[in-house]
Parts: sequence; C-alpha cells; structure tokens
Amino acid sequence: MSELNRRKFLKISAATVTVASGAAAFAKSPAAQTAPAKRAAKGVQRIPTYCDICFWKCGAIASVRDGVLWKVEGNPADPLSRGRLCPRGTGGVGAHFDPDRLKRPLIRRSDRGREVWAEVSWDEAFAYIANKMHAIKATYGPESVAMFAHGIGGNFLKHTLKAYGATNFAAPSFAQCRGPRDVGFKLTFGEDVGSPERTDIKNAQCLVLIGSHLGENMHNTQVQEFAEAVGHGATIIVADPRFSVAASKAKYYLPIKPGTDLALVLAWMNVIVAEGLYDKEYVAKYGFGFEQFAASIATYTPEWAYPETGIEPDIIRATAREMAKHKPATLVHPGRHAAWYGDDSQRSRAVALLNALLGSWGRKGGFYAPVSMSVPGYPYPAYPTSTKPKVDNPDGRYPFAHEAITTGIREATITGEPYPVKGWFVYATNLIHALPNEAETIKAIQNLDLLVVVDVIPSEIAGWADVVLPESVYLERYDDLNVEWFREPFVALRQPVVDAPDEQKPNWWMAKKLAETLGLAHYYPWKDIEEYLGHRLAGAGLSFDELKQKGIIPGAPQPIFFDEGAPAEFATPSGKIEFYSLQLQTAGFDPVPVYTRPAEPPPGAFRLISGRSPVHTFSRTQSNRVLSDMMDENEVWINADMARRMDLRSGDYVRLKNQDAVVSNRVRVKATERIRPDCVFMVHGFGHTSRGLKHAYQKGASDAHLITRYATDPLMGGTGMNVNFVTIEPEAAHG
Amino acid sequence: MQELTITRHNELIDPLLHIWSWQIPVYLFLGGLVAGIMIISGWFVLQGRYKHTTFSTFYLPHISLVLLSLGMGALFLDLEHKLYFWRLFTTFQWTAPMSWGSWLLLTIYPALWVNTLIRIPERFQGKIPLFDRLSAELNKRPTLIKNIGIANMLLGTLLGMYTGVLLSSFAARPLWNSAMLWMLFLVSGLSAAAAFVHLITTDVYERVLLAKADNAFLTLELFVFGGFLTGLLTSSRVHVEAVRLLLDGPYAPVFWVFVIGLGIVVPLIVQLLAVNHKVKHTPVAPILVLAGGLTLRFVIVYAGQFSHWT
Amino acid sequence: MARFGMVIDTVRCVGCMDCVVACKTENQVPEGFNRDWIAYDVKGTFPTLHMESRSERCNHCDNPPCVSCCPTSASHVHDVGGVVLVDYDKCIGCKGCVASCPYGARFIHPDGYADKCTFCIHRVEQGLQPACVAVCPTHCMHFGDLDDPNSDVSRLLASRNHHTLLPEAGTKPRIFYLT
Repeated sequence: MSELNRRKFLKISAATVTVASGAAAFAKSPAAQTAPAKRAAKGVQRIPTYCDICFWKCGAIASVRDGVLWKVEGNPADPLSRGRLCPRGTGGVGAHFDPDRLKRPLIRRSDRGREVWAEVSWDEAFAYIANKMHAIKATYGPESVAMFAHGIGGNFLKHTLKAYGATNFAAPSFAQCRGPRDVGFKLTFGEDVGSPERTDIKNAQCLVLIGSHLGENMHNTQVQEFAEAVGHGATIIVADPRFSVAASKAKYYLPIKPGTDLALVLAWMNVIVAEGLYDKEYVAKYGFGFEQFAASIATYTPEWAYPETGIEPDIIRATAREMAKHKPATLVHPGRHAAWYGDDSQRSRAVALLNALLGSWGRKGGFYAPVSMSVPGYPYPAYPTSTKPKVDNPDGRYPFAHEAITTGIREATITGEPYPVKGWFVYATNLIHALPNEAETIKAIQNLDLLVVVDVIPSEIAGWADVVLPESVYLERYDDLNVEWFREPFVALRQPVVDAPDEQKPNWWMAKKLAETLGLAHYYPWKDIEEYLGHRLAGAGLSFDELKQKGIIPGAPQPIFFDEGAPAEFATPSGKIEFYSLQLQTAGFDPVPVYTRPAEPPPGAFRLISGRSPVHTFSRTQSNRVLSDMMDENEVWINADMARRMDLRSGDYVRLKNQDAVVSNRVRVKATERIRPDCVFMVHGFGHTSRGLKHAYQKGASDAHLITRYATDPLMGGTGMNVNFVTIEPEAAHG
Repeated sequence: MQELTITRHNELIDPLLHIWSWQIPVYLFLGGLVAGIMIISGWFVLQGRYKHTTFSTFYLPHISLVLLSLGMGALFLDLEHKLYFWRLFTTFQWTAPMSWGSWLLLTIYPALWVNTLIRIPERFQGKIPLFDRLSAELNKRPTLIKNIGIANMLLGTLLGMYTGVLLSSFAARPLWNSAMLWMLFLVSGLSAAAAFVHLITTDVYERVLLAKADNAFLTLELFVFGGFLTGLLTSSRVHVEAVRLLLDGPYAPVFWVFVIGLGIVVPLIVQLLAVNHKVKHTPVAPILVLAGGLTLRFVIVYAGQFSHWT
Repeated sequence: MARFGMVIDTVRCVGCMDCVVACKTENQVPEGFNRDWIAYDVKGTFPTLHMESRSERCNHCDNPPCVSCCPTSASHVHDVGGVVLVDYDKCIGCKGCVASCPYGARFIHPDGYADKCTFCIHRVEQGLQPACVAVCPTHCMHFGDLDDPNSDVSRLLASRNHHTLLPEAGTKPRIFYLT
C-alpha cells in the first residue's frame, strides 16, 4: 500500500509542476527537465497501466522520476507485451509531453474547417453540445446523432449516446481495415480473426504473409512471435510487391503484382488439392462442400496464375508444397489492413480456405481459440429502444457486414437517406485520414448541425469540428477494463500515472458530465470511475487494489487448441468449415472465390500502395516528439531503376498526382531496389494539414489525400483503397 | 548493388561529418605560419642577424605572438565546452596529439618572448626597465642567444609538424590518414612564413634570401604533395576514394586551381623570374603563397571530414 | 575483469527502432540526436535481394581511437566491463573524438560535451540489461561478458557466424552481428 500512498502524494505534488515540465521535456537540455521537478516527489515511482499508442493494449509500467514522467516499459506480467513494448509504446512518454496537444475545450468561431476557435469552459462546451443534441432529437430523433470511435476509450461516450437514444456507431477498423478479413473468415469458420489476431505465430513452422508486413506493422505480440518463429527456423513465405522487412526474413519472397493475391492463393489451393497435399482427415471431419470447392478451383493452375501474378509456376508449386509439408503448423496469416481492391472479403475467404486445407484452424502453429475472463458489465438502466433501422447499411445492401460501416453513415449523412444524420461524435479517430475520399467526408460534415471531436491532438477531423473536447492521454487517466480475448485470459487496468498538463479530461468524465447536462444522470449511478471499476471487478471476484498494484490479473488457463480440448465448433449455417458457401450463393455471390483481374495503372502511372512504419500509429503520433525524432516525414518508395529513368534520386522532393488530378504535398523520394517498378509505396499517416499540429504540419505526404477512388466490397461494404494510380511530378529542390 | 539506409540523423555528424568549420583551418594555417616564422627567425638569430636589424628577432616574434594568439582564439571559438578549456592543462595524454599540442603551445610563448629580448629596438628601450636588464644579461651570453635561436627553430619545427600530426592521427578520416601530412603542413608553413616575411620585411637582404628560400620550399612542397597523393592512391579503397575527393571529386576545382595552381606553381614561376631579375619583386607571389596555404588547410580539413570508411 | 560486449542477431532484428526509442527515454537523449540507430543494409537487385537490419551504436572498441585522441582523458575506458565512457566534466568539446570514430557513434550534446552510448552502465551496475537490450521485442540483442566463456554472448559467438563493423579500421569493436 505504501506504493499507492506515494503515488497519491505524487499526484498532488506533481500537479504544480507538470505544466512547467511538459514543454521542457525533450528540449535541448536534460537539466531543463529535471529543474522544475525539484519540488516534486523524489525518487522513482513505477505505476502499471496499459498502452494506448495503438489499440493492441499492451500492459506497461510507467516510471515517474522526481514527479516527472520518465519512461514507459512493458509489464512482464502482461501476456501481450511480455515485458517489452513496441517502439511506439516505448515512445508513449512523448504523448504526454507533446506541446501541440489540445489543451482546453474549443468552440468553432468561423466557417467549418478554418480552425478558428474560442477557448471555452467545460460547462460551456457541454451546454453547447446538449442544446444541439436536444434540437436534433426534437427535429429528427436521437438516431440522427452518430458516433465514430476507435479504441476502448470510446466506451463511456458510447454509453452516454446510447442513453440519449443514438444507435449508429461505427469504427474505421471495420470497413477500412480488418472488416473484409473478418467477414471472409466468418463465412468460412463461423468466427472472425479478432484483435489481437488469434494467430499462433510462435509455433508456426511455416508462416505465409500476403502483403502483411510484420516488423514494420508493429503489433507487439505478433512481431515478438514473428521473431520467435524466424529464430527457430520456421519457413517464411512472403508475397508482397515491396521487399518488406518480413520479406528479408523469408526463404521465399514472391514479388507479386499488386492486386493479384487472390490468383496466387487460388493457385496454391489448386496445387494442394491437385497433389492431394491437404489435411484429408481434417477436411473430411470438419469440411462442408469440399468436392464442389475442389471442382471450382480446378482451373486455377500455377500456369494460369503466372501471367496474372508474375510468380513462376515452379515457385508457386514449391511454396504450396512447403506449406503442405509443415501442416497443420502452417499459418497463412490473414493480415489486418485488408481493404485493398474491393474483392477483399472473397480474397480473405480464400486465405481462410487455404488455412482450412492445411488444417491450421484450431491447431498449434495455426489459429487458436481465444479465451477470456468473465467480468460482468456495470448494471445500467436499459437504453431507449428505437424503431428506426441503422443508417450505415440500409436494407442489408451489404449482407455480410457484421459491424457498422463508417462510409455508410457518411453516405447517409450526405443523402439524408434512409433518414437524416445531423450530429457526429468522433472519438480518437482522424476520419480525414482514415476514410477514403476526403471530399465526401467534408461534404457530409457540411450537412451536420453538430460535430463533436474528442481527441488528444488537433487532428484534421478536429479542425472541422464545432466543438473540440481535449482528452487527457492514457498516462493521465483511467479507462475501462481491458478484458482481453487472447491465448490466456486476463484483465488489465489503465490508471493515471501523471496529471494532465492543462485542462484535458478523461473520456469517462466527459461522458458522465455530458450525460448529466443532457438530463441523463441516472445512467451514471457511480460517483467516479474508481467506483465503476471497483464494482465491475468485485462482480468478478477480483481485487481493485491488487489490479492497481500489478496492472494485470491473469485468469485460469483454458484449452485453446482442438487437441487440447477447445471445442471444434463452427458457427456457420452448416456447422462446419464452409469450403462451399451456400449463404453466399443464396445472396447472389460466388460460393467459392473467383478471381477478377484488377485494372492496370495507365502508362507512366504507378499504383499507390501504403503501409505502416514501426514508429507511428495511423495519423495519431506524428507530433509525438520522441516518435517524430525516429521518423518525422514519410517517403515515397520508387523502384531504383524507374527513379533513374525519371532522373530522381533519394531525397529529392516530388508531388504525386492521382487519376482525379489531386496533388499531394511534397514528399521525398526513396529510390530503392525494394519495390516493384509498377507501384509506389508510402507510410500512412503523414502530410498533416491541421495547423494545430505545428511540428507535423505538411511534413511528408498523405496517402489518404490521394485515395479519392475506392472499390466497395459488395459483401460487406469495405472500401478497397489500393485502386488509385499516381504520376510523379518533380518538385524544385528547396528547404 | 548496395543500398545502406541509416536512421541516425545527428547534427554535425550526418549525413557526413562536418564538425569543424573555419576555425580549425585558420588555426592550422596560423599555427603553420608561426612555426615557419619561428624557424626563420631562429635561423636569423643563429646567423647573428640581430646585430644588423631588429626585424627578424624583435618584430617577427612579436607578430608571431599575435598570430599564434589569433590562432588559439580561433581554436577556442571552436570548442563546444569552452568553460572547461583549462582541463587541457590538468593532464598530459601521451597518445593524444592535441595534448602534446597544448603543452607545446605553452612552451612556444616563452620561447618567442625570450627571442624578443635579444635586441630591443632603440625606440622601445627604457619602456620596461626589467626587459632592458634581461636583454643586457642575454647579450653577455652569446651561447645562450644561439640556444634561443635553436629553441625557436626546434619548437617551430615541432609546431609545424603538430599541425599535420593532429589530423593524420585520425585514422577514421582516410584523407588525413597519411604520414606525409605533417611534412606537407610543415613545408607549407615554411613557405607561407617565407612569403610572409618576404612581404613585410624592409630589409632587402632578408627579402631576397627569403624569396629564394620560398622557391625551394614551394618546390619541396610539390614533391611532398606528390608523395601525399600517390601514397593515398596506392592505399586501400577508402583511401583512394578519399584522395579522389581532391583529384577529381567535389574539392578538385579548389584544390587544383587555388592550392596547386595559384598557391604554388604560379608564385614559384613568378619568384623564379624575380630572383633571376627577369621581373621586379612584387607582393603578388607572396600573397598567392599565403592564400594558397590558407586554402590548403581549408581543403584538407573539409575534404578530410568528408572522407569516411563506410 | 569483465569485458562487456553485445551480440545482435540480425536474423531476428526487424529494425523497428525500439532500441533507439528506449535509449532516448532511458537516457533522456535530446531531440535530434541518437546514441543508437538502425542500419538497413540491402544488397542485390529487385527481386533478388538480401537485407540485413542492424541496431548500431558505439562499439566500445578494444582499441578505441576516441580514448587515445582525447587530450583531457574525458574519454576513458571504465573500470567496469571496459566500457568506453565520457566524463562530461572533463570534456572541452574539441570534437576530436567525434572525428576519430569511424562509426560516427559520437555527437556533441547540446550542452557542449561529447556524448554517446554508455552501454547503460548505470543500469548494468544495478544488474539490469541496457535499455535497448531489455526492450527489444524480437529478443535479438544480447549483452554480457565476452571474456566469460559461459556467458550468453560468448556462447552465441561460439555457435553462430558473425561479423563486426569495419574490422579493417582496426578498432576491434565489441559489438558482434550474428548472421
């Protein structure tokens, strides 16, 4: 308990110094950082919490030295981080010290998007929002307020909006990201892949990555397990138009032509079926419609796939045999950001089917069945019921969307159909960078009566808001419990480590205050979040004090593989793994994936593809000074030979111009052997245009800005975004 | 082909080392110049020139004191942790040329000062009685005066060598990594000093003598350059790449035009004609030599930082 | 007496820069400076490529030119583990050591002194691993006593192919890269 008392003391004393120390950290001199802390608590306190720099939610331990935040490390008790955070999590301190943070509530004082604000008190902000919400409810009904949220921090605001009567909630993580993958797997196995992915990478003897660039895409546990697999000599097969870091670890690197991944997967399956290399026992036991499936793919030979993919038939056969050799410990990774070409759920279904052939679902080295602890929710009054449908997917236009579609809400906001949407709450997701076709997002915003953005930094979407609510960063707040679905059950706590430097508040406080202003106080029967958390934990028989001290409480291990006793159940219509999908057939889709050739870039143009850097999360971390010091500008990767022909050298500035004549901000060239000549690559999240992001302003280019075209997945409404072509325009070298 | 990407971006280090700007070449040039002057004035002391003129034994050491102090000032300006300057004199690090140099410079000041006492010009006599008394004592001891001359020549030689050794001890900079560098800087210092004295002396004998000497030094310098360049050219890949910075790389125009052409060859020809009475003595040749000597230090310091192993 | 060194497995390293970030926060390295960094070393022509990702830093050489060139003994070999360190109160900021390092491992701290990797000696003396080693999500970094045949590092060197950076520079670096 002494630890806790010290921490409370620290909170009080730190309050006087954090404002001064905030700007000083990572300034030129370490003396400047330590000087203001002299009055604060001496020594180092270590406080467990969980990370929020991405949404993996790794367990962390933050160190506070003499009252000033010092560092964040992994919590060894945490199964996700295994005691080691990724670079973004390690750089989490920079989020607290970021001088560009939102500091006070803001209300718009000019046209939308011009970023002219008045700083207001929290009460004024809530009164303004409540007035608008009352008006929307009176005229259109509460369903006309929608919410976009990413991450666990949105839980309380969602609760307030549900209490108000809102029903439309969506996250870009579905239609813009992992949705197609989850739909493809759900159609096949009856369950989606989830997050953290249920992939048993560490035990895989053969790992196949299709476009997935683990190591650059830095989801901690996956990268740790990837390194483990590489370390114990697993065969790595990588298909990617770019020679990724993962490709550099591969026994087989397949420089696939962009957009043809489905052809490759079909050819792999063709080989495995034709040569009888699949897990026959597994398929017979769990499979449905295998014969029809086998007939459907019979024409997809490696020779057929060669001109499509550019991968030689011998290599396709060799890699297929390699996969079969290691089955069932062969994991064909489902990827995560899967919204590429509009046929993504069918491609993901093909990946699921390939895994099914190899018998990897439910098997060690393949996919495990995630488990969780039972922690009851807080007993709230029932939410008001609505008779109106949700707006994002009217009449089930996308029949297999099992989550709400952000772009569907956006469309409804533009068209007013099936009913008008007049209010948006946006929590911790920068829609300007996250959704394709920025112009449509702005058009939708212009139809709103109210746009509230809750964020920690002045993101582009905050620039368009009517009201901006500054949230404290994760190191300064409690959040809801993370009751994770993973290999082993556990519950994790996020708790404040230092105080917020200005008037930033935690989301739970905002949500409760807003509910009170709206006259919905009875939905918040708890006094503060500690009471809420204590109540939930008590309901699960867990100690809040223990969780505060340890950060993590593990649950009892449970079987996660079929042969350990995990139930081999498939929530599909047939109750089996659906090699042939009657529900797809009934809905008018291909019951077995069918390949369609993607459009080629016109002469002189390149396909624009994007991906991740290990040191940034989306467009959320570019003003974090620790992380921007690692990478403060993205580059456009151009094949070295093509660059030579265009007389471009690494470091030269260029602008990219897409098929709709949209021109990017200037961006440096990386002329490299590591990419095919027919595409260019950029790390997502740069090229900020929000003036509040002083440090990141106009550094690098935004891929999202160039994604004016998108291909909608007919199964689930996902937005395939790798369908844009760009030309390269040299920029006179300056500055 | 090889493609090496490094995420480091340290100020003054990346993409290529650029820690030293004008201060160090100026310091090295002035150090070399003073070294040359000490050798010349020491020689004149040995030759008993102080009996005929006060220029080389009184004014020259005084000018040297000023030039050396200017050089030291430039060096001081280059230090990043200036208030810790005194730390140089709390230790002697035998492996560090800079430590040798610091202590060497400490001995040069008294050597120059003693030199000024050998003959005090009449207009300064009686200003500081103590100096007059010391001068009188010195003049009772001709052997001591000779030794002062020898000491000035010796210390000058060490100083001239040191300006080169300082750089050539950095094995990490291939261009500097040549045993010829100290000779180059010493000879260049001598030729600059000869030109300098030639330029400002009023004594006709000394001027003609030094013009002739300078021709010898410049000729020697060309040979030393030949040794320096061929030595690097016949060494490892990194050394070849380094010397090509001068021969046909980014520093080649400055090197060939200002260092070799206008700094050595042209003044050598002009002075050869002058000492053979084909043309009149003009300040053109010595000014070119001095400018060439300064440019040489700039080129070597800048290109040396540019040269690297990876 | 111990002779500390590092063994870094380039097969596992993904070049994520976690080591760099951890060093920055642990040691409060000022913005704009790195004590460690990543090198991505690519050879070949697309698509037949080989890439080595490496975490690089001061090599704490057995023959450290930065120590021998220091005029004030600010750069020195520490008693514990033979780690090459800088005594900031003795450094005059002459930058000789910066020029002497073929690896570019040193820089001038904004406060005027030469700075670089310390092998986190403050942590090592407490029985901890250097921050970069402790954070590495791929477990590609190993730290220990090269003179102890039973140490993790010695056993890895005995069993795996490895190389050092610029062995031809004659500095005898103590960071080894497994291939």
